Amino acid sequence: MEFAFTEEHLMIRDSAERFLASASDSLAVRASMSRADGYDPEVWQRIGLELCWPALMVPERFGGMGLGFVELAILLEQSGRFLLGSPLFATACLATPALLLGDNPVVQERWLSAIAAGETTATLAFASGKGWDAQSVQTIAQPAAGGFVLDGVYTQVVDGTQADLLVVAARNPGSEGASGISLFALDADTAGITRTALPTLDQTRRLARVELHNVVVSDAQLLCGPDQGWAVLHDSLQIAAAGLAAEQAGGAQQALDLTLAYIAERRQFSRTIASFQAIKHRCADMMLQVECARSAVYYAACVVQEHLDPDGDVAVASELTMATATAKIHASEAFFHCAAESIQLHGGVGFTWEYDPHLYFKRARASEQLLGTPALHRERLAAHLFGEDA
Amino acid sequence: MKIGFSTADEAFRGEVAHWLAEHLKGEFAPLRFRGGPGDEHSFPEERKAWERELAAGGWIGLGLAKEHGGRGLSICQQVIFHEEYARAGGPGRMGHIGEGLVGPTLAAFGTPAQQQRLLPGILEGREFWCQGYSEPGAGSDLANVQTRARLDDSGNHWLISGQKVWTSLAHEADWCFVLARTEPGSQGHHGLSFLLVPMAQTQIRVHPIQQLTGTSEFNEVFFDQAVTHTDNLIGKPGDGWKIAMALLGFERGVSTLGQQMQFQNELDEIIRIARVNGAARDPLLRQRIAQAWSGLKVLRYNSLRMLSGPQDGSLKREAMIYKLAWSTWHSDLGKLAMDVLGDEAEVLDAAPYQLSRLQSLFLFTRSDTIYGGSNEIQRNIIAERALGMPREPRVV
Repeated sequence: MEFAFTEEHLMIRDSAERFLASASDSLAVRASMSRADGYDPEVWQRIGLELCWPALMVPERFGGMGLGFVELAILLEQSGRFLLGSPLFATACLATPALLLGDNPVVQERWLSAIAAGETTATLAFASGKGWDAQSVQTIAQPAAGGFVLDGVYTQVVDGTQADLLVVAARNPGSEGASGISLFALDADTAGITRTALPTLDQTRRLARVELHNVVVSDAQLLCGPDQGWAVLHDSLQIAAAGLAAEQAGGAQQALDLTLAYIAERRQFSRTIASFQAIKHRCADMMLQVECARSAVYYAACVVQEHLDPDGDVAVASELTMATATAKIHASEAFFHCAAESIQLHGGVGFTWEYDPHLYFKRARASEQLLGTPALHRERLAAHLFGEDA
Repeated sequence: MKIGFSTADEAFRGEVAHWLAEHLKGEFAPLRFRGGPGDEHSFPEERKAWERELAAGGWIGLGLAKEHGGRGLSICQQVIFHEEYARAGGPGRMGHIGEGLVGPTLAAFGTPAQQQRLLPGILEGREFWCQGYSEPGAGSDLANVQTRARLDDSGNHWLISGQKVWTSLAHEADWCFVLARTEPGSQGHHGLSFLLVPMAQTQIRVHPIQQLTGTSEFNEVFFDQAVTHTDNLIGKPGDGWKIAMALLGFERGVSTLGQQMQFQNELDEIIRIARVNGAARDPLLRQRIAQAWSGLKVLRYNSLRMLSGPQDGSLKREAMIYKLAWSTWHSDLGKLAMDVLGDEAEVLDAAPYQLSRLQSLFLFTRSDTIYGGSNEIQRNIIAERALGMPREPRVV
């Protein structure tokens, strides 16, 4: 047990912070927001080819760096803090875990190598409507000679228009719930795939509607079959929730830091407004929530790391669902709280487009929704605590 | 960054659990799950005997260095001990002030002679301590202590006069550590000294305070020319504030993990009742129970962060939020317990005012956000020391 960053972790954090402080400053974030694809391809190229962030968690046998989820979470905390527009989250946090957990070595070799090389972006598409559970998978995989024909609509896919690879979930005709779900790895250019960008409330992350019309896939593209599909998808979504929580913790910290910087300068009644106890106590409460979110995120990251490691600690790995749910609940609430407080404590300028608090406020709301609201995760915890999920 | 326990640690866990199962029975069986916060008035003599049992088993002074007679165990193994102790229903510790606060303070600031004279009583479960900090006029503003001490004519003894308040276990204690003003006319944190005072003297009167629970764990303590030998001054005259603050830092140690296991026992009881009485089907109560469960996990993760990394005595960010975090969580749990019980919560176990465990939890947790630095003081500390915001203006 050593629940603290190592020297190497601190180096990863500090170098990411230095890079993002310039590559993703407020001007850069706003430039990315106004682009159709939502990110600066030059910055992404540096992330993929020089910093090798997408390769971080990919095993060395696929050309990756073979590091763990803890290191990725450290990066995500910083990318969330600086509102980095990039395919990093979808590629490293949504698609990569699903690929790692799948059981088709040919698919894994091809796509994990491509992601590790830094040139391929990817995402995960599964839900045809509301919800983050197995029943939300409604795309049909009709068995055909040598493969399947896929038909269906994914209503909100993170970075869906930009991704080169779509890991998609689809179910056997007539199947229900957790049974009959398979995962496939599709080149996004495959015939029959239509992708439409959605205008989003949070302009720092892109969503797309992805439609599959008679998309023909071969058995060779099957990442994992119906006996394992839901288990892999479930775990991938929990892992992604832990990654998102890391982003949220970083966002919450920055909302607090922006506020502290502003109120230390802003003077009223001949003193800085930071000297008023009414304001100090609100900032203390923000820090309380940020640190609680951090603790939950780091713990979940350690659990995910053991879960993804074939030789990992089984007892720790078994905490996956509960630990990631806890992280998502506390990071969501901390981020929204801090972002809302940031607007309030900035006063009038907090309500302007020019100042940054609204970017965090919108991102906080979108992140709270993505991969399940705190209420949803609490309901899952409750079902477990009352023995209803056995 | 890695979680999970090593094989050696798990073996140690087994050893602790086995010892507790073998000893927390027979004459000690009635003490299981008793004597914790809100129940500290129960079984005082039996719990003192239990302290001697623990000492004989080598379970006092786990974190204290071997040179001081402790066992010098790793943080990890101390965590395991506290977890297993709470899991087994180990009774509220009569010796926690001595072991948790006085021991580390003596180790850090005491002379070798003071260490040799006073640590054995703590480590053998023979001598019990109470804390003389707060006064009627020195609550949140602790530096406003007015209790004074002066040397007698021989120069060998301090004579202490004044009043302390909110003193837990004063009526059971052999010793009190007293923050007193030794420099006449001094103000604030200057001129204070840290004195160890024997309780067995007629110049000290202990008066229990009846709390809103109807019970009395806290006391008023009146000093009227109470005597202590000059050997019982820790540090030098005027060092009192520095030592008093360092001692408060020891409060945020591994025992927080044990406290959380008690919280877990309380939450488990609430979950059990919710399953039986149907509250588990109420969508809002389900949400609150799940929030309490995840919130307790977060307290644990905070503690693990606090205890990992360099133990250089510096107060880390995680440590600064700790009191605010647990006190808020725990008082919410008290209210949740009542809401899960519903109308059952309104009827006592017996007249005139015998509270059930959860009723006591509900009422007693109102003190959590006040004692040991109120939530408002905690927020000041966080804002000023962690966030670097301007200090509160002080009237000189």
